[in-house]
Amino acid sequence: MDRHAIIVMLAMGIATLATRILPVLIFGRGKKVPDYILYLGKVVPYTAMGLLIVYCFKDLSITTKPHALPELIGMVIVVASYLWRRNTILSVVIGTVAYMIMVQFIF
Amino acid sequence: MKIQRLKSITKKDITSAFKTSAPIMVTFIILGAGFGIMMQQHGYGPLWSFLSGIIIFSGTVQFLSVSMVASGSIIMATLTAFMVAARHIFFSISMIGRYKKEGKRKWYLYYALCDETYAMLSRDEIPFEVNISNYRLFVTLFDQASWILGSVLGGCLGKLLNFDSTGIDFSMTALFTTVYIEQWLNSKCHIPAILGVMATLLCRLIFGRDLFLIPAMIIIIAVLTIMRDKIERKWGDEDNG
Repeated sequence: MDRHAIIVMLAMGIATLATRILPVLIFGRGKKVPDYILYLGKVVPYTAMGLLIVYCFKDLSITTKPHALPELIGMVIVVASYLWRRNTILSVVIGTVAYMIMVQFIF
Repeated sequence: MKIQRLKSITKKDITSAFKTSAPIMVTFIILGAGFGIMMQQHGYGPLWSFLSGIIIFSGTVQFLSVSMVASGSIIMATLTAFMVAARHIFFSISMIGRYKKEGKRKWYLYYALCDETYAMLSRDEIPFEVNISNYRLFVTLFDQASWILGSVLGGCLGKLLNFDSTGIDFSMTALFTTVYIEQWLNSKCHIPAILGVMATLLCRLIFGRDLFLIPAMIIIIAVLTIMRDKIERKWGDEDNG
């Protein structure tokens, strides 16, 4: 069991490392990175954050109870508090605490 | 010798990096603790969490690994990890220009380039009078160390206490949301930000929860390529204004 666990962990580690190192091995060999790649490097981060937020909600269901209400309220708290104070820790902490209280005690 | 190799680190390099990393470190210790507790609940103690933080070092992949380490097939685990981690391809590509002169140090910087470190180091807001290379190294190091510290603490805590951590993963969502808002407020061209959400949402609805990431990435790259002229024009206005 432990041997299986370490092999799976290594396999997932290698897969993760590949996504970080392979692009460098392909484009990083002293060659000029093509304009197109530079363009992607500039704009993709702006799409990636949106992708990650949707990814965080991938298991969410609107049709079943509690109809994504804790997530909706949590997001409103995060967005509103961030627009108000522009403080990452504040927004993350109060959003998470509010969400944990909602999923554990209310919904 | 050693000092020379480390490009003479100053106190300012470390304190500046620490200031940049502070919000991430707090989040990582809390999130890492959540992961450590989860691992502990599945029968994998703090040492396993520590190993996971070294071998994988990606929050999403590590959370995903908990169930797979116990029972999943190796091929499925590899494919899923690659799919979830695929976003790092873009992170690494966009750092090639920045990390070009980092020497051997860059291999550590790429290996440990997680979402949050990327978010901090791709903004190019380098504090005044700081060695950029040392600054990057310490931001990356503080982020990884705090994540591992959190997960080990969580593993120990999970052994001792028995508290309900349901919902702690929302901190990840909250963090990405604050970065998203910050990016939105700092850019004139919102096409990429809207595209990221819409394409992913669409693919989640069409392909289901297990397969949507890769089609979403293909659509994103395709649309960015088709709309390149328009986006670059708007981006250019921003640079000039």
